This record gives sequence, structure tokens and C-alpha cells, in this order.
Amino acid sequence: MALLELKNVSKIYGDLKALNDVSISVEKGEWVAIMGPSGSGKSTMMNIIGCMDKPSVGEVLLDGVDISKEPQKVLTDIRREKIGLIFQQFHMVTYLTAVENVMVSQYYHSMPDEAEALEALDRVGLKERAKHLPGQLSGGEQQRVCVARALINHPELILADEPTGNLDETNENIVLDLFRQLHREGTTLIVVTHDPEVAEAAQRTIVLEHGRVAREIINENFEA
Amino acid sequence: MLFKMIRGVLYHQRAKMLLIAFTIVLGTSLATGMLNVMWDVGDKVNQELKTYGANITVKPKDASLLTDIYDVGEGEQLSEAYLNEEDLPKLKTIFWAFNIVDFTPFLEADASLPDGTDAKIVGTWFNHHLSLPTGEELDAGIAGMRSWWDVTGGNWLDESEPSAASSVMVGTLLAEEKGWKIGDEITLAGSAKEMTATVAGIYDAGGDEDLEIYAPLDLVQALTDREGKVDRIEVSALTTPDNELAQRAAKNPSALSSRDYETWYCTAYVSAICYQIQEAIPNASAAAVRQVAESEGTILDKTQLLMLLITALSLIGAALGISNLVTASVMERSMEIGLLKAIGARDRSITFVIMVEILVTALIGGVAGYFLGFGFAQLIGQSVFGSAIEMKLKVIPIVAALITLVTLAGSLPAIRMVLRLRPAEVLHGGQ
Repeated sequence: MALLELKNVSKIYGDLKALNDVSISVEKGEWVAIMGPSGSGKSTMMNIIGCMDKPSVGEVLLDGVDISKEPQKVLTDIRREKIGLIFQQFHMVTYLTAVENVMVSQYYHSMPDEAEALEALDRVGLKERAKHLPGQLSGGEQQRVCVARALINHPELILADEPTGNLDETNENIVLDLFRQLHREGTTLIVVTHDPEVAEAAQRTIVLEHGRVAREIINENFEA
Repeated sequence: MLFKMIRGVLYHQRAKMLLIAFTIVLGTSLATGMLNVMWDVGDKVNQELKTYGANITVKPKDASLLTDIYDVGEGEQLSEAYLNEEDLPKLKTIFWAFNIVDFTPFLEADASLPDGTDAKIVGTWFNHHLSLPTGEELDAGIAGMRSWWDVTGGNWLDESEPSAASSVMVGTLLAEEKGWKIGDEITLAGSAKEMTATVAGIYDAGGDEDLEIYAPLDLVQALTDREGKVDRIEVSALTTPDNELAQRAAKNPSALSSRDYETWYCTAYVSAICYQIQEAIPNASAAAVRQVAESEGTILDKTQLLMLLITALSLIGAALGISNLVTASVMERSMEIGLLKAIGARDRSITFVIMVEILVTALIGGVAGYFLGFGFAQLIGQSVFGSAIEMKLKVIPIVAALITLVTLAGSLPAIRMVLRLRPAEVLHGGQ
């Protein structure tokens, strides 16, 4: 059953078509990588899937609901309830500790629970660094905090934009291992990347070029 | 969590928050200072104006009527009607007794001098001590009501000195004309008897009084055989500027409704005080010295308007300052705000957090500004009026409401920016 479906989606800025008649489908529990060069429409697609933008044309069905027609307030609710976001630049609240950054996500979702937040940090191997401020953490550690923040509310979809773009190889592997673990638990993952190694970790890769789906690659060597 | 976030922002952006607090301190202090002075300035201006003379004249009813009919100037008596000196203490028994700051009686006569000429002699109190039935003790007289007179020779007569009873003060022009000096003895012949008095003071009033002789009331009463009588009384009273009700009441108090009458009677309008004086002193007609009363009202209105304008301008300035600073703060935090929106924070939640941060800053700045403003008011009070400004409790809620409004108004552009901010634009660009 498809968790996400894009049907003939276009995003037009003036004369520029950032996305041009794109149709894709992502099954529940699937791990999909979206690849493409700069300006191919990856981030636009992520914004639309992540309910942070609306398409100019087309339908976006998330769990059967056409989010392209929903008002901003409903999109915020969907983002909070169903989606966990991970960004390339980490984006943490600089004056809150690692555990508090995780708890912020709980605060806007339901109720902050420090024990649960610590458990999430433990899962990404950062329980010992829970009381550290973002400035006291390395890039890899910050990204792992962001992974913990994304999964704390048990979202149906983890949406990651270049999650390893700013990481060294060691931290890249740690993050990919975390994704594998989430995939095994049944979480749907969509990872936007331009790194072929990250894309190869996914079950399927959708390649975008000039705002269109150029091709889809099934990873025959995918290891769950 | 909310507390941690607010505490984090207040600490993390302390420089900016301090600037916002400082802006609020300035706005609050000016508003507090001006409003406190504004509400106290009425009494202060009144007290200042009291040093320039009386604002109520009390005459015998008959004399007043003739004066009105024939439009005769002050002091020119057309009839032989008098007020009783013994009634003067009753001025301090009226409802607004505490607003009567000074008063003095006058009894005028012509006295013949040894050189065959006549001079106008005015009997009055200089610093007459009164022990009222209420137990209050006070000194009333012309010394307090002609403070602008320049005593160029000798001193004001001091009625506590036994020699004052047979002493006089002479106008500077008359003294020059007659060649009188301090200590000279002059013979004064009135309609009833002749008396000798010592020149104890020479004054320069800058008017017709410089050709007159001012003597103790008893002396003039004895000279003219009018013991216990006075021509008129001048009263200096603290009053509230007239309004429409006071003007209606001045025409005919009995035409007022009972509620209006009560309001008017219990407000220190000059007409209300005149009315109460007439109630207290039989056969008296009290009238406002209209020019003085109107000047007081005009000066007060203009001063209060000036204070209000300064208050309004300071608050507008504070609002603009807050607007710039809060907008700058929100711009600086656009990434953080975008992140919070991206993880599911609603606009109202983020707006709430930002408003709490600003209102906490406003509260701190407001409290500091209030006390600074009160100090500012004291500075104005001491330097302009030479006395303290009373703390008006009603200023606190008014300033609190004004500062809250100004803070909210100043935050509106920043809040609009928060509402328009799209997480996609600040977190990873639009494309």
C-alpha cells in the first residue's frame, strides 16, 4: 500500500519549472533515495513531500490524504503527526541541550518526556552527551541528535535532506546504520542525496533531472 | 519546556533583550514621570499662582451690588456697608477650608498728613495669628499675599511684635515725596481721631499702592471709628479649573440637578468656594477674580496638554524602538523559528513564545522604568516647583496598560514576519 503518491506534480516559479509533471509512489516501510544534480528539483520535492510547500499542479497523497489542497494549519498538523525531518545543516536550537532539542519535538507533538528523549539519544549513541549544547557537539553528533529528534514521535515517514552531506565517513556510516535500523522497524524513509553511496543504501533510487523523473533504479544488493 | 525556551532566548539574546528593556525603561520612565507630574501639577501650579495674589474677593453684599451696577473698580466703595472682622475665621470652616491658603481683610480711609495733604491709608492684617475653634493655628495676612512687593527699607510688619500696632508701611513713591525714612514718626488724622505711627517699612509694589500707607487693621479702625469693620476680604484659594458644570453653577447653583450640585459643591471650583464663603459669612458676596482664575485654568490646561504630548511621543518612540529591535531579533532567529515550524509548531505557539519573551522583558523594563520615572518626577518637582511630586497610584495601572499596548503594537511587524515565515525558505532554500 502506498504511503505517498505524487501524481503529475509540477512546481512553477515564474518561467522556471522546478518540478515538471512528476509522478512517483512510495510504499509503506520502503526506503527510497532521491538523487539528482543541483537544481534538479530534489529540495522542491522534499519541501512538497514534507508539507512545507504546495505544488502548483498535481496531487500529493500522503496516507490517502491529498495534502496539496490542505491549508497551512492542516499541513503543520500532518508534519507534526506523520513526518520526521532531518536536514543537511542539522538545525538545532542553539540554546537548548541535546536532550532539550529532542524534547522540543515532543513539546509540539504531545508532552515532553525527558526519559523518552534520553532513550532516543541512547539509540543514536549520544546519551552521555545529552546535556551538551549544540556548540559542544561535533557535526556527526549534531546530526545524530537530529535523527533522535526526528524519530522521537514515531513518525510514519522520515524525510532526510542530504543527511550525510556534512559528515565524515565514520559518522555517515553511523547515520546509515540508524536508517537501516529504522527501516527494519518498518519506518518509511525518503532520503534526498547526491551521494551515490547513500543512495545505494536504499531499496530504490529515483533520479531527478531538470525537474523530471529521469529513471528509477532498484537496488539489487539492498540489505535490510 | 516553554520556560526553558524563554529562559534560553532571554539569556542567548541578552544584548538584544537588554536593548528592548532599555527602550521600555525610557518609555515607561517618561510616561510615569509625565503622568505623575501632570496629575500633581494642578496643585503645584495653583500654589505657584497663589504667590501672585488672591483669586477671590469678598465684599459686603450691598457694596458688591452697587459695584456691579456702576462698574466701579476694586477698592472704590460706594456704600457704607461693611463685613465684620470677627467673621473672618469662618473662612476656615467651609467644606474646602484646607484649600484656603491665605486671606486678609482691608479697610480703606483717607488720612490727613501734617503738611495738609491727604493720603490713602489701608488697614489690613500683615501676619495675623489666628487660633481657630477647630484647634488649628495659622498666620494670615498681606505678607503672604503680596509676595512680589519689594520691601526696599525696613521689614514687613510683624504683628507678633508689640510695636507693630503703632507702625505702618509706606509706599516708596509716597515716602520719597514726603521724605520719610525708616523710624520716622508720622501723624495721621482720620475721621475720628489723630494718631502717631512709626514708619517700619518702605515697599515698592510697582503700582498705585506705592502712593499709599498700609497700617494694621486696628489702627485704621480706630482712626475712622469703625471698630470691627472691614471693607473687603481677599482670599487666596487652591482651585480646580472651571469646566462646563462650574460655569453653569456660577450662573445659578440652584438650577443644578441634585447630583450636579453635589459634584460641583464637592469639587474645588472657584465658584463652589465662593458659594461656601457666602454661606459661612453673613451678608457677604464672594466673587472670583476672573482673570486669575482663568489664567490658572489656561496655564494648567496647557501644561497638562504638554505633559500628555510628551507622554504620547515617548510611547510612540518606545513602540518604534521595540518594533525595530523585536524585528531584528526575529530575523536573527528565523532559522530557529523555521525549524520549530518544520517540526510542527503552530504559528500561535511560536507567537505565544515570542510574546512571552517580549512581555517578560517589558515587565522588567517597565518596573525599572516606573521607579526611574518616579525619580524623574521628583527631579521635575524639586527643580520646577521646589517640592516633591506625590506618587499617584492610578499611574501604575495606566502606565502598565500603556506599556503593554506599546509593546504589543511594537511587536506587530515582527509577529507578521513570524506568521509569513516559511520553513522551506529558511531551512534549505526554495528549490
